[in-house]
Amino acid sequence: MGELRLMKGNEVLAEAVIRCGCDGYFGYPITPQSEIMEKLMERQPWTETGMVVLQAESEVAAINMVYGAAGTGKKVMTSSSSPGVSLMAEGISYIAGAELPCLIVNVQRGGPGLGTIQPSQADYFQSVKGGGHGDYKMLVLAPSSVQEMNDFVDLAFELAFKYRNPAMILTDGAIGQMMEKVELSDYKKRWTEEEVVEKNGSWATTGKPASRQRNVITSLELDSDKMEQNNLRFQAKYRRMEAEEQRYEAIQCDDAEYIFVAYGTSARVCQKAMEIARDKGLKVGLLRPITLFPFPKNIVKELAPKVKGFLSVEMNAGQMVEDIKQAVYETQIYRKVEFFGRMGGIIPSPGEVVDALEQKLIGEEK
Amino acid sequence: MMDIKEIVKPENLVYGKSELLIDTIMHYCPGCTHGVVHKLMAELIDEMGLQEKSVGVAPVGCAVFAYNYIDIDWQEAAHGRAPAIATGISRLNPEKFVFTYQGDGDLASIGAGEIIHACNRGENILVVFINNGIYGMTGGQMAPTTLEDMVTSTTPCGRDVDLNGYPLKMTELVAQLPGTSYVTRQSAQTAPAVRKCKRALKKGIRNVLDRKGTSFVEVVSTCNSGWKMSPAKANKWMEENMFPYYPLGDLKDGEKGNPVSNN
Amino acid sequence: MAKVRGAVVVDTEVCKGCELCVESCPEGVLALHLEVNSRGYHYSYMKNPEACIGCANCGVVCPDTCITVYRVKL
Ligand SMILES: Cc1ncc(C[n+]2csc(CCOP(=O)(O)OP(=O)(O)O)c2C)c(N)n1
Repeated sequence: MGELRLMKGNEVLAEAVIRCGCDGYFGYPITPQSEIMEKLMERQPWTETGMVVLQAESEVAAINMVYGAAGTGKKVMTSSSSPGVSLMAEGISYIAGAELPCLIVNVQRGGPGLGTIQPSQADYFQSVKGGGHGDYKMLVLAPSSVQEMNDFVDLAFELAFKYRNPAMILTDGAIGQMMEKVELSDYKKRWTEEEVVEKNGSWATTGKPASRQRNVITSLELDSDKMEQNNLRFQAKYRRMEAEEQRYEAIQCDDAEYIFVAYGTSARVCQKAMEIARDKGLKVGLLRPITLFPFPKNIVKELAPKVKGFLSVEMNAGQMVEDIKQAVYETQIYRKVEFFGRMGGIIPSPGEVVDALEQKLIGEEK
Repeated sequence: MMDIKEIVKPENLVYGKSELLIDTIMHYCPGCTHGVVHKLMAELIDEMGLQEKSVGVAPVGCAVFAYNYIDIDWQEAAHGRAPAIATGISRLNPEKFVFTYQGDGDLASIGAGEIIHACNRGENILVVFINNGIYGMTGGQMAPTTLEDMVTSTTPCGRDVDLNGYPLKMTELVAQLPGTSYVTRQSAQTAPAVRKCKRALKKGIRNVLDRKGTSFVEVVSTCNSGWKMSPAKANKWMEENMFPYYPLGDLKDGEKGNPVSNN
Repeated sequence: MAKVRGAVVVDTEVCKGCELCVESCPEGVLALHLEVNSRGYHYSYMKNPEACIGCANCGVVCPDTCITVYRVKL
């Protein structure tokens, strides 16, 4: 049993980062995630594990520091919130194009523009469809509890290095700010310089010894034939992620006629909504995607024949619902896929969700 | 009369290609200063035995392919962001010799923020700044460093300071920052200038190894194709027009922590 | 009278005929050849080999590092 604490989501994430043997953090303050860097600075991991923490002059600089640091083959990360992540888009595209592992945390707030500092899930498209320029994907994990803010840090790094690809923890201000009981992970040692060379020396800028060719980290390839080969390699990698990494939690889906699909904060709301609906005698289950890319479409396809419809519940204008529709479409069976959401930083209430279920899915049947 | 064959013998070699310069034809236009400065960096890394310690950061600009020419580990940056990338590399690997190699569009325009802050933090890196007064790679547009009245493809009637502002002296700016220890402006158009430039770069490298903060070496350069001149004429034009505005010499040579020149 | 003799070897395929070596030579040794290399550049060569003092200025200024310089003391 690990150490039990009552902590804020953002602070837990910072703690988990130190404990997982992360080598470097670069960030820029933005609400509602500033506690991550504040906590790191307070903890001074450089005195303990040797981890570097640096406040950059902007998100543009922060992501490029991550790009440089990731190129050295070490475990590095940044965190930000929606407007800051938009600024990072170019850098993330370079990181994906140069096939480097790193962790990016987006504690979402409502947009567009400066929007609101209240929680939101409006960056789903930006996170799972690319966000920056060019055909690339990030691995995207969506924690729905403070515990998962702890657990997904290590998982994100593991996946990032497995695929040499940026991984994102996509959460929101509610989970970042929420206090819950958490079991912290045990400390893992940072990789030694020798371990870095051993694990990643074939591609990282560890310094060119006589024994190997020079390593060049770049996303540039002016020869179109070669660039297309690169693109095909990336796509093959993304397909492999889709085949191997779909993660989800299915709650009471076995006998369900209707399925709520929701992640993060809205999944917490749906958990309650499901209980209310069940009390009313409605057979409702909850499918909670844990990976947003790869989207857990296999389970949607598996459930589709058994249920009457899906309700995607999101804190945005309806984004993930498109991925659910796509999955259902691939089954060649017609099932209703509806959406309910709130925007502007408003978290839907469980009652609203049940109402939406009755109106949008059940009502039509009557 | 002595036969050439008598002279051309390994024991008589006085100048040759550094082993760290990769055997390939550079993509630069004939007479481009980039080639000379690449060569100096390769020679220095070679002579100082730093191949295994070095990580170069290539910019967006004509020097984007610097990584094809010097046999060390490299990372290619996003436009202007090389100092941030170098920060990331160097912070995690303080024992490495990390340098950025940037043009004036890259460093003085889109990357003005990153360079100022890297220098201000005193990142332990060498910045090699190629100031050719123009955007070479994209076809000779105005750079922040373009001289007043200088014709470029986006200032066809010459740079109008009322419209475009004034030529930006990055090196003077950077010299004001306490994070820099060595700030100098060099050129590479004649053999003595190249030799002097090499000494400056060497000092910059030494400073990084001695962890003295940021060293910044501007090389006032030509872009003869962008300027639409022959290489020799471009050199002359540079001496007559660039040097008065961008005077050569050390602006700062001392210790990190001092805001202004103390040489 | 110079007590040294030098010689310059130009990798003519790499040379781009920028002429900077010609400009840099204090003894007027180098010139661009009338012929071109396979990439169409008039390459540099020793027009007056006897005058070379092996100062290496040509090599130092060459952006394409295609010049190797040798010197002997007489
Ligand atoms: C974000 C971004 N904006 C614009 C460009 C296009 N671009 C490529 S190189 C360049 C200018 C480079 O000029 P400079 O830094 O002076 O280097 P030089 O080519 O003269 O060596 C520009 C604007 C780009 N690649 N990326």
